Amino acid sequence: MTSVSTSTRQENQGFRTLLGRFPFLPALFILVVLLVLNGIFEPNSLSFRSLTGLVRTYMALMLLAVAQTYVVYAAEIDLSVGAIASLVNVTIIVLMQNWGGGGLSVLAALGVGVLVGLACGLVNGFVVAALRLQAIVATFATSIFFTGLALVILPVAGMPAPTVFWRTYGGTFFGIPFVFYAAVALAFLLYLFARTRLATQLLAVGDGQQAAFQSGLPVTTIRIGGYVLCGVFAALAAFCITGDTASGDPLVGAKMTLFSVAAVVLGGSALSGGFGTVAGSVIAALIIGLINSLVFFAGTPSHWQNFVQGLAILAALMVGVLVSRRGRA
Amino acid sequence: MNRAIEIAKNPLLIALVLIAALLFLGNTLSPGFASGGQILRLLIVAALLGIVAAGQNLVILGGREGIDLSVGGVVSLSAIVAGNVMNGMDGGIPLAILACVATGALFGLFNGLGVTLLRIPPLVMTLGMLGVLQGLLVVIRQGIPSGRAAPALSEFVTKPFLLGLPGIIWLWIGVGLLMAFILHRTVFGHRIYAIGSNEQAAFMAGVPVRRIRIALFMLSGVFAAIAGLCLLGYSGSSFANVGEQYMLPSIIAVVFGGTPLSGGRGGYTGTMAGAVLLVVLQSILTTINIDESGRQMVFGVTLLVLMLFYGRGRGLRA
Repeated sequence: MTSVSTSTRQENQGFRTLLGRFPFLPALFILVVLLVLNGIFEPNSLSFRSLTGLVRTYMALMLLAVAQTYVVYAAEIDLSVGAIASLVNVTIIVLMQNWGGGGLSVLAALGVGVLVGLACGLVNGFVVAALRLQAIVATFATSIFFTGLALVILPVAGMPAPTVFWRTYGGTFFGIPFVFYAAVALAFLLYLFARTRLATQLLAVGDGQQAAFQSGLPVTTIRIGGYVLCGVFAALAAFCITGDTASGDPLVGAKMTLFSVAAVVLGGSALSGGFGTVAGSVIAALIIGLINSLVFFAGTPSHWQNFVQGLAILAALMVGVLVSRRGRA
Repeated sequence: MNRAIEIAKNPLLIALVLIAALLFLGNTLSPGFASGGQILRLLIVAALLGIVAAGQNLVILGGREGIDLSVGGVVSLSAIVAGNVMNGMDGGIPLAILACVATGALFGLFNGLGVTLLRIPPLVMTLGMLGVLQGLLVVIRQGIPSGRAAPALSEFVTKPFLLGLPGIIWLWIGVGLLMAFILHRTVFGHRIYAIGSNEQAAFMAGVPVRRIRIALFMLSGVFAAIAGLCLLGYSGSSFANVGEQYMLPSIIAVVFGGTPLSGGRGGYTGTMAGAVLLVVLQSILTTINIDESGRQMVFGVTLLVLMLFYGRGRGLRA
């Protein structure tokens, strides 16, 4: 009896260590299961072509999930990521149009887009960290403001993106779709960021603000830094939305905000801060995408699809939260 | 002096002063803004928001990051359920009320079970539930044509009934009294504050933390469902996602009312004033002659400025 219990305890211990080091394992497991299920219901869905389509469509959500993760690191939340993405989307579309739509004007517009995202992040960081407003309500208020700004820039959806832009995003280079280069670049960027001091400091602040402050960390600056990082990644997400939809829409990102929060949690990060990985959030964004396509491939009647998707995402959240807690308890 | 500052920092007082100032401003910008009929209309809209905010208030008071993002979905679903059950006939109202309350309680129960038994953060649990509810709305709208409000329900919400006030305002006053009674005169109410300020200590003292938290989510669902029923009476027929506009405003009304999102402190009187403040603010923005985009920007900035008045987080040096 004793030996049995000891061995289970050791197994638990091993499982915990594994989860502690790779908190995104539950999400990865769900991802693999979903891929297999997708393959069973529609063998074509595992083709290179379909997977490219999946990544192209959900690249924006992956980036928004990453954006949200950096704020959640510090135990904050940003309900304005979708609005920032909308604002950047209309800004770059209008600029590209006004500047003639050539290659250089596209690059210049993208540069401005990043700056817009950064500025939005600064505003959020200022009201939450410097003015000490409650993050949920404050970023909701800024999201209303950003949406208003987006509506000033482009009152109605519809202005098209220059051909060169969406052709590049949907195109293939040396036999490999562009989005995969983007994904590799993103992975490299995230790898570098994980090694920066800011990432560690955000986690430290999320673990305990007072403790972080007393050990000499510039807490307010760090929290603002988290929001700025979030704004920049939301801008990158807007680039993908623009590439995917090839048009401007002042409300395009609104629905994605809450999905980004769901992805962060599903990816194994703690909303209470101090613990998480961006890899988990990226995987979770793909899970949400795969759930949507699985519900479609499984032949669900069209008006039941949203309901089944909602249930599946809720179930995935429950499994994710339960398993990752076992790793940390 | 300190006492004066303390009084000046009372959220209820701030909200009332701001409401008066906004009404004055509105009336200057557009004469007739603060007329009796207009104020009554504002109060009806505020009552709808205020009833949703009552449930939100309870969940937030219970602490542990309590929040209910699914209220908007419950409001929409309840409006559709009520419309289909009564289908324009007064005789169907009692059954519609029953169906709405049951719907709200059921989804609240799911939320509560997820939060307590599975220990899923409320934000995530209710967010997932919102997704499910939105899907359910699509299913229902495909299957059955949305129903209409019964005449008696519409009259209850819009026609003056007693002392010149329509029934819904009396209902809201009733909700206010009920909330005050629950929060300050019952054991249940004291326990809500206890688990909101220190769950561990409350548990040690023998408070059934889980059952109370489940009850709070169920009450939140029921209040949202009742608001959905009244909303049907206000708009005549139910349409898609009418409730979405209540999700975050219900949280803001609570915050404006002096209940911090960390829970354990505050009450409902302030929330009622917060709901009125929010509705008056939105109404002023519709009155002044700027387009939708400008209105949104002004609204966002005003919310931020107003929040500076209300319980900011403590500084690290404090």
